[in-house]
Amino acid sequence: MERIEQRKAHLEQLVSELLDEALRQGASAAEAGVSSDAGLSLSVRMGEPETIEYTRDNGLGVTVFFGQQKGSASTSDLSPSAVKETVQAACNFARYTSPDDCAGLADAQLMAREVPDLDLYHPWDLEVARGIELATECEAAALGRDPRIVNSEGASLNTHSGLHVYGNTHGFIGGYPSSRHSLNCAVVGKQDESMQRDYWYTHSRLGDLLELPERVGRMAADRTLARLGAQKLSTRQAPVLFQADVAVGLLRSFIGAIRGSALYRKSSFLLDALGETVFPAFVRIHEEPLLPRGLGSAPYDSEGVATRTQDFIRDGVLCSYVLDSYSARKLGMQTTHNGGGVRNLRINSGELDRQGLLREMTSGLLVTELMGQGINPVTGDYSRGAAGFWVENGEIQYPVEEVTIAGNLKDMFMGLLAVGTDIETRTSIQTGSWLIDRMTIAGD
Amino acid sequence: MSDLIQIANETILTPAGLGEQDLDQMLGELVGGGIDAADIYFQTSRVESWVLEDGIIKEGSHNIEQGAGIRAISGEKTGFAYSDELQLPALIAAARAARSISRSGNQGSVQVRGLPLQNRLYAPINPLPSLTEAEKVELLRQVDAEARCLDPRVQQVIVSLVGAQDVMLVAATDGTLSADVRPLIRLNVHVIAEQAGRREQGSSGGGARQSFQYLLDEQRALGYAREAVRQALLNLEAVEAPAGCMPVVLGPGWPGVLLHEAVGHGLEGDFNRKGTSAFSGRIGEQVASRLCTVVDDGTLPGRRGSLNVDDEGTPSQNTVLIENGILKGYMQDKHNARLMQSESTGNGRRESYAHLPMPRMTNTYMLPGEHAPEEIIASVDKGIYAVNFGGGQVDITSGRFVFSASEAYLIENGKVAAPVKGATLIGNGPEAMTRISMVGNDLQLDAGVGVCGKEGQSVPVGVGQPTLKLDELTVGGTGA
Repeated sequence: MERIEQRKAHLEQLVSELLDEALRQGASAAEAGVSSDAGLSLSVRMGEPETIEYTRDNGLGVTVFFGQQKGSASTSDLSPSAVKETVQAACNFARYTSPDDCAGLADAQLMAREVPDLDLYHPWDLEVARGIELATECEAAALGRDPRIVNSEGASLNTHSGLHVYGNTHGFIGGYPSSRHSLNCAVVGKQDESMQRDYWYTHSRLGDLLELPERVGRMAADRTLARLGAQKLSTRQAPVLFQADVAVGLLRSFIGAIRGSALYRKSSFLLDALGETVFPAFVRIHEEPLLPRGLGSAPYDSEGVATRTQDFIRDGVLCSYVLDSYSARKLGMQTTHNGGGVRNLRINSGELDRQGLLREMTSGLLVTELMGQGINPVTGDYSRGAAGFWVENGEIQYPVEEVTIAGNLKDMFMGLLAVGTDIETRTSIQTGSWLIDRMTIAGD
Repeated sequence: MSDLIQIANETILTPAGLGEQDLDQMLGELVGGGIDAADIYFQTSRVESWVLEDGIIKEGSHNIEQGAGIRAISGEKTGFAYSDELQLPALIAAARAARSISRSGNQGSVQVRGLPLQNRLYAPINPLPSLTEAEKVELLRQVDAEARCLDPRVQQVIVSLVGAQDVMLVAATDGTLSADVRPLIRLNVHVIAEQAGRREQGSSGGGARQSFQYLLDEQRALGYAREAVRQALLNLEAVEAPAGCMPVVLGPGWPGVLLHEAVGHGLEGDFNRKGTSAFSGRIGEQVASRLCTVVDDGTLPGRRGSLNVDDEGTPSQNTVLIENGILKGYMQDKHNARLMQSESTGNGRRESYAHLPMPRMTNTYMLPGEHAPEEIIASVDKGIYAVNFGGGQVDITSGRFVFSASEAYLIENGKVAAPVKGATLIGNGPEAMTRISMVGNDLQLDAGVGVCGKEGQSVPVGVGQPTLKLDELTVGGTGA
């Protein structure tokens, strides 16, 4: 890849050309984004290299406004001829969409004035041979862990870095490079005639901050081994402990429910809940978009609006929605600089680690995997496939599979008893495990 | 040379200044030196989408993707690189990167030839201009008006219309030269209804490998609006779903997502070559009740999951997966077939040029049985009758699968009773299939909106089945 500064200047040039072309074709306002990423993904299975993929992805997109009418177009082609054609396609659509009072760019005075360096760019000049070595080491640690680990889906190492530049006709233009690296491993265990599979992964902006390959492999093996001999449960009501990595999904459902697009469509179980208590009083949920090296960090949102730390839940009360400028106008409010979503979402933890939470639960279901899409965003009704462990006297008794857990997200949020200190750090939504007072478990 | 190859040539290669002799040169870079097989996949796709919301046309957008993916295989190893620049130097560089999977390197020569194609399952059209922009806008407005006039409780209507044309050409070191021009359209309607402070949703939609006219024929688009409203209003009356193990009757058509999850994925060649599927090594064994015959059929004219040729140039087929309960075969692409000493079944598919092909389903369904659907429902004392589903998911290693009902009813004393809220159903594929005790005579295929995801790649698929009874399945409600 050419030097990153040159590449950035080139993409900024493309964004300017897109905006100029849009104005030339009669648009009253426009916004454009261009991205360019490159990477290497390689995998090893049963000790042999399996795939080596060189990835290179480019994208260019433009949205034009003719007064209150809007059109968009995008392409993977970054050539000069693509600029004109893409703008033309967008303008063509704007002739047929309806005037919409709320359409338009975010307000000019909200644009980020500077683009702070959030230390997101740490490209990894990884030689294929070295990558294969690391993945092999990772898988070998899993395969060698126990004779019951009999097969493997392999270990894979991925490194990607790229640039994204955004600009609009308020004169805002910003761009910054970022990188992501991950290593993951999935293995199969067998006991009697039944097989179980599980995985582990590590994910960071810096190659050096990834967990060691040996640890990733060992975790994949241990998680798989722990599932062997899983049983069903009889149908019952019980407390449920969502392990941190699956508790992330509950926070995601919460954010989905306070997102502007869900609210103005009346498609949320938290409609009109601003100012209401939706969690117990000990809960604070906030985002920190400017965290150095954060997996979700961004200096400005998808509309060029400066981001900043903010609370969504304070003392259990919903104190802000998640709005971009369009949904904010629809609701008669101000954007919360959440164009494109939330960034580095956090929930405060209590005192208890995972062991402590198990003791606090005494008896109930520890959920370590969820399956399916059984969440109704309009009503909050929740019913999903689950696997995990049955807990008695604060101790894991045996693995559980082929059950469902069901409830309603509103009740589950209010029934949150504790959040663990065992924080999941591999995703931009970060939380410890969630102990929920009671759900219906369906089984035999 | 087939007309499809000619269209693909004119759409992709000619504008980039490439000819068939260049294909031979690129493939020449990919043969010999430990490379067993290699291919180059060229693609241009155009997608257009429209969204109506709040009664106005809110979004209109257009996307063009173009590029080539180059793959080289040595034993079980695969090297892959792609480029969105269709210039010879970029492509040769990608070919060299892909072949670096094999240590040694020497050039060879390949000559590809296009064979006449048997399958003609859809016309090689571009559906995007099949209606004018004004006509598309009018269609969306009519669907919106239909949904809103049906019932005053309808609060919100979202209608989306998507059309795509996908042109592909694949050349391989085994001499394959093949192309396809794939139209695909769909329309989805999502409705929110409100009554006494309670809000519920309903969704419907359909599509095909046809022009947009398909949506106007037989008033299909308006039919989707009516169906979405019906479901939303029904959900306003729904009571808690029961929790626990009970008999489950699945309606015809889209509930075939059961087969997609419970058996389909587990019978894909890659998992079985690696021995990671609950069905691995079980060909010839009984894996379902004797009433079950399940096929994967990519040759149904005009259907969303159908393909003239798969993404490796192999003509799609009607493959018997399970016959009278006995496991007959797997779905294969070339790579896994070669390693398992069998033949590709035309199931080698990829999301785009930037993704590697792998064995994927096309249209997966169960053949009809003998019972009238009413008989099947009448045979259940207490259970669930589920007729519409959202998505599903499977863990192919343990065989566990889930699928989530979006429209379901209690069955009491052989009769369909109150509607219940959506609930997830969970089971184990090989076990659940042996518990199928009645199969209806009413085979239906889904309306044409299915998307299947595997290892991060999405492809359009179809499912279908007649009414089925499973003697026992776990229903994940909250009720008693």
